[in-house]
Amino acid sequence: MSMRFLLATLLTAAFAFIAGMFLPWWSIAIVSFLVALFLLPNIGLGFLSGFLGIFILWGFLSLWIDLKNESILSGKIAQIIPLGGSSILLILVTAFVGAIVGGFAAMAGSSLAPVMVRK
Amino acid sequence: MLMRIIPFVISLVVTLGLVFALNTKIGTIPPLGKFLSPQQGFWQNAEPCDARLDEDLRFPDLKGKVKVYMDERMVPHVFAENDEDVYFVQGYLHAKYRLFQMEFQTHAAAGRLSEILGNNPQIINYDRLQRRMGMVYGAENELKAVAKDALTQKVYDAYTAGVNSYINSLSAGNLPVEYKLLDFRPEPWTNLKIALFFKVMCSDLAGQEYAKDISFSNEKSLFSKEEMDMLYPQVSDSSVSIIPKGTIFESPSVHPEIPANADSFYLQKDSIAEPVKVPKPFEVKGSNNWVVSGAKTKSGAPILCNDPHLRLTLPSIWYEMQLHTPTMNVYGVGFPSVPGIVIGYNDSIAIGLTNAGRDVMDYYQVKFKDASRNEYWYKNQWQAAEHRIEKIKVKGGATIIDTVAYTVFGPVTYDRSFTTADSNTNKALAMRWTAHDPSNEVLTLIKLNRAKNYSEYSQAIKEFACPGQNIIFGSTNGDIAIWQQGKFPARWKNQGLYVMPGEDDTYSWQGFIPQGENPHVLNPPDNFLQSANQRAVDSSYPYFIPGDYYVPRGRSIYRQLSQMQDITPQDMMRLQGNAYSTLAGDAMPLFSKYLKTNELSDNELKYWEEVSKWNFEYTGQERAPTIFQTWMDSLESVIWSDEFTQASKPVTIPSEQILLENLLRDSAFRFVDNINTPEKENLYQDVTLSFKKAVGELVKNEDGVIWWKHRNTFIQHLLRDALPAFGRTGLMCNGWSTTINALTKTHGPSWRMVIHLTKPIEAYGVYPGGQSGNPGSKFYENFIDTWATGKYFTLWMMHENESSDKRIIGQINFTNS
Repeated sequence: MSMRFLLATLLTAAFAFIAGMFLPWWSIAIVSFLVALFLLPNIGLGFLSGFLGIFILWGFLSLWIDLKNESILSGKIAQIIPLGGSSILLILVTAFVGAIVGGFAAMAGSSLAPVMVRK
Repeated sequence: MLMRIIPFVISLVVTLGLVFALNTKIGTIPPLGKFLSPQQGFWQNAEPCDARLDEDLRFPDLKGKVKVYMDERMVPHVFAENDEDVYFVQGYLHAKYRLFQMEFQTHAAAGRLSEILGNNPQIINYDRLQRRMGMVYGAENELKAVAKDALTQKVYDAYTAGVNSYINSLSAGNLPVEYKLLDFRPEPWTNLKIALFFKVMCSDLAGQEYAKDISFSNEKSLFSKEEMDMLYPQVSDSSVSIIPKGTIFESPSVHPEIPANADSFYLQKDSIAEPVKVPKPFEVKGSNNWVVSGAKTKSGAPILCNDPHLRLTLPSIWYEMQLHTPTMNVYGVGFPSVPGIVIGYNDSIAIGLTNAGRDVMDYYQVKFKDASRNEYWYKNQWQAAEHRIEKIKVKGGATIIDTVAYTVFGPVTYDRSFTTADSNTNKALAMRWTAHDPSNEVLTLIKLNRAKNYSEYSQAIKEFACPGQNIIFGSTNGDIAIWQQGKFPARWKNQGLYVMPGEDDTYSWQGFIPQGENPHVLNPPDNFLQSANQRAVDSSYPYFIPGDYYVPRGRSIYRQLSQMQDITPQDMMRLQGNAYSTLAGDAMPLFSKYLKTNELSDNELKYWEEVSKWNFEYTGQERAPTIFQTWMDSLESVIWSDEFTQASKPVTIPSEQILLENLLRDSAFRFVDNINTPEKENLYQDVTLSFKKAVGELVKNEDGVIWWKHRNTFIQHLLRDALPAFGRTGLMCNGWSTTINALTKTHGPSWRMVIHLTKPIEAYGVYPGGQSGNPGSKFYENFIDTWATGKYFTLWMMHENESSDKRIIGQINFTNS
């Protein structure tokens, strides 16, 4: 794990957060793609970085919201979804759904990274 | 290079596919990416529990400043510099806390649920029925009446502008969570939607459930006129009317004439009648209100109480507020979608409502020339029918087109073109309904909210047409009164009990009961007044009232209030929670007399012993109420089902009260016999058989014999079975439909209010819900436990100089610049 990987992961989370304030939810894909494109030419690491970046962002945000909300809503939604009413499971599912999109988008970015470097 | 293209293409395709799939609603699963996104999805609806509510808002539509103080229960206290602004802000706040509810209910009224809920045959039929009942047509006519009154028009416009100001401020992230689950966006609010909400109330409280024409016509093929009178008497033996006995009614000024052929042609048993199959109407709703004068209270000031029993939903049908302007200071509950306060009090008077339950809907059988339904036979010639083309948009499906023919009577609700799983007829039945006539109910609210005394109250309610209500009144100056108010047809005797011939105007409504001749009374000698959906008057009232009214609650209230003295508000709270059933009290001695205990098994005897010791209180934790109620239901089925299964659907099974009165009068009541056996059964056999059947049911689930479990009250979210997680079960309360605390599976006291008319007024209230419609708010259902345990909140009529009171948890300032 290099510093570059850590940087890319944190940047993915940070930029995705900022983008999310103005753009639809799928802006996480654009951000993950771009960060990997510029920072991570390794496809495997790219996937992992996008995955982790968004996992951390969505996991942290939903956990924070849930704590402030005292799990009032997550307990109900986790019956509709259905996760047996478990707020923690719902937070993990939330983080995973975002992460899988971020991971594949970052993988696409990493795949093109050498092209960027040559230019 | 090439090594990179393949993973690029694969990961790009996977990413795009995922984004697409997670952005699309699949069946009932919301678009998961969009829905789960912490920055846009449902997490945004999870409100921080410690959120501050302060806001400064600017809207150019406002005339002046408005300050809103939110108290600790999230009740807004609105102080406006002028009258129009208060309705703007009310609209804004209704939308802020109840937008989905407002949109859902008015979509339901307009027959547009398929547009948001998708392709479901049951919902499509529901939508078609709303259109065929002319709900939008009625709302359009309501707006015509509103346009004639400049004041009401301004109030409508201000309210609508307020709702739209909120809708326009919404981003995708702060849409109510139901929009995210169903994946749609709110449309602009309109004045028509306000009117549509009134039509929902007409449909609920003065609609098909109260018009028995079709079921009675079906039954007429089976029963004679004399039997129909026995099963559905106009005045029941034990009813205590709203207007006290001995009140003298003025002689009528309208004299409807009975058609010459009515006796032979209309009222007789009709064994060749072609039955009409229509959807089964829902459960009838009830309510209580009462007021006692100072002569009966400890303080010497009147006390007014009200508990309307409507469908219990989350969010609740009610929203609580205080509205203050230079001309008004009113507190109470109102309907999100409607400007003004509906039930509540101001500085001088208090108002409560119960449903009048009067039949204001009749069906006329019309004859079309051909299947095109272009012309119908009326007064010896073919008349052109107007066609209204109804386009029902279906989410994820093709738009459905339905054509509704309009006649001189009204829309043709049922005809051959409306053949569905629920309805099926070869006849054409046109609906005459007062909810189609132009009327202006909001004007009554505007005036009532400002009324200071009896004369202003009686003036204010004159315009109120539909749904007819028992509007009870109490004043700090000591007056008490009640009016049964509405626009009611002046019927000849038996008019409208059955579907009427519509080939000319012989059977048409000839006029309406003049408003001043509606039942009413001011300051009665008994010093109290009550209404609980019973027949308002005894048989001395000069106009015909079709009927079949609810009786037991009114008897209980009357009995209690006539005995009570030195009454305090706390006594009244206990009375609202009273779970004693006069019906059970009448029934049990009869049941005991006719139960052949020597034919019971040991286990059945055990149940009998339990129920025989019952005190007729529907206590949540007791078993006896369940045993009695199952027995009663079983007896009803034993007595009625043999006769009634012969008739085409729907039928109206006579009420428990009527059954009981018939049996008390005559134990050889002819329906006791089971017509499907050669033997002639007697009441001993029926009572014993029904008890054995009841125990047979009860032993299947011993745990469920506890009354609250058996009644199984469920406060459902508006989307009902689709979203049980947003509802509330497990309510261990007392009560049943025959008791003052009238709680059933789906309906119950939707707002309990006790107003002590001292100076200043002392007020208490509670409803089973919460001020916020957001399931992610701690204010979504926070009143339910207080309500369920029979407790109340003290209602706070705030003064503007109390803005630093510690009960205030937020302040919203509205300005125009």
